[in-house]
Amino acid sequence: MSKVAVARHIYTVTEITQNIKNLLQNAFGENVWVEGEVSNVNHHSSGHLYFSLKDSTSVLAAAMFAWANKDVKFKIEDGLKVICFGRIDCYIRRSQYQIIVERIEPKGIGSLQLALEQLKVKLEKEGLFKPERKKSIPYLPSRIGVVTSLSGAAIRDILKVLDRRFRGVHIIIHPVQVQGDRAKEEIAGAINELNAFNESLSPNEKIEVMIVGRGGGSIEDLWAFNEEIVTRAIYRSEIPVISAVGHERDWTIADLVADVRAATPSVAAELIIPKRDDLKEQVRGLAGDLKTDFQAILSHLQDSLEDCFYRLNLSMQNVLRINISEWESARKKLGLLSPIAAIQQAMARVADLTKQFRILLEHLLELRQADFNKAAEKLTSLSPLNILARGYSITFKMPQGAVVKDAHLLEAGDMIKSRVYRGEILSQVTEVE
Amino acid sequence: MAEMKFEEALKKLEKIVEDLEKGDLSLDEALKKYQEGIELSRLCHMRLVSAKKKIDILAKNKKGEFELKALEENQED
Repeated sequence: MSKVAVARHIYTVTEITQNIKNLLQNAFGENVWVEGEVSNVNHHSSGHLYFSLKDSTSVLAAAMFAWANKDVKFKIEDGLKVICFGRIDCYIRRSQYQIIVERIEPKGIGSLQLALEQLKVKLEKEGLFKPERKKSIPYLPSRIGVVTSLSGAAIRDILKVLDRRFRGVHIIIHPVQVQGDRAKEEIAGAINELNAFNESLSPNEKIEVMIVGRGGGSIEDLWAFNEEIVTRAIYRSEIPVISAVGHERDWTIADLVADVRAATPSVAAELIIPKRDDLKEQVRGLAGDLKTDFQAILSHLQDSLEDCFYRLNLSMQNVLRINISEWESARKKLGLLSPIAAIQQAMARVADLTKQFRILLEHLLELRQADFNKAAEKLTSLSPLNILARGYSITFKMPQGAVVKDAHLLEAGDMIKSRVYRGEILSQVTEVE
Repeated sequence: MAEMKFEEALKKLEKIVEDLEKGDLSLDEALKKYQEGIELSRLCHMRLVSAKKKIDILAKNKKGEFELKALEENQED
């Protein structure tokens, strides 16, 4: 029997492999931390992830099973420097040692931070953050959708703003969990549902803008708003979205894709719910403008009216002036033809003649007067009175007063009157001879 | 006009003021617009003074249809 033969122990493949496996486990213990650069990443359809960790000289195979990698926020990709936590194991079917990774962290940067950066780069490449695709926020929306938690600070803040501003705004809340496992699906679902609901509304009932957000919290609390599913829901939303996540300092991917980013939920509400006093002022201003504009139109119309009136007057005067001058010249012509002139001439002539006639008549009268005086003188000389002066008398029978030319016509006792040159003598006849 | 919303009334009022600003209206048109504008501004004012807040929650009923339910503000203040 040879010594070799006696000492010889023939291992089975499994024994060797199992021994190596045990050696590895004894050497490194339950768990190790390994630092290296990721390469040859292979996402298996089962959800398991296979890759290599390498440094400048060596390579270590790594496997991260689905249960372990489902919670990794960032994307494991070639060139990434990482720190892995896991156990060194031997894959006995392939004579291969590897690290079974349970946890993985990017080196030098927080894993959430890295996830954020990776998603940001990816979505940016797709154009989700382009300013030109951002919708404008309507002024004075009458219906506002809100996607947030009913128990959170965000809704309280938004309703407070509503209370102290213009209350005539209709708020439609789609309540969701804003943190925890279900948050991202709920938020994305709510955004989609508000859009679907909006489709069923008539045009004047539409939700015109929505606020998506929550109050402040840790980066983990806000994480849902960094999720791709939420970001894409915001991107797809027909209703303009205002993101309002956490406080002023908190920036999420939702903020990048939203049409407007508000620093806080209160600010978001203030952006779209106007102050009542501002609105009152606006209405008052408009009413004032209305009056001013109307007055302007009125005074303009009045000016035109006055202008028309003035021109009308002017042209009427012109017409009148022309007519009057025509009338006057016609009147003059007419005057020449008028019988009045002839009548006047005739009248003047009559007056003339009348005057001549009177002169003539007076002359004639004077001549007659002279004749008369001559005749009167002659008469005087013939007058009985002149005879009386010479001593004669005239006897009248009384009481008849007849001149007595025959004494026999008288009887004794008759009364007679004798007229002498100076005076009269009343006598009674005593005897007739 | 009585059921018109504030926003709608304000928009109309703005439009009327714009129309009047152009100033090329007939007296009848201007008068009509002016009266309408005055009524609208009165309506806006009333809406502002008497506006009641309306807060609903969007939910789905058993048939999977959307429903609006008024929010009970018990947690307020």
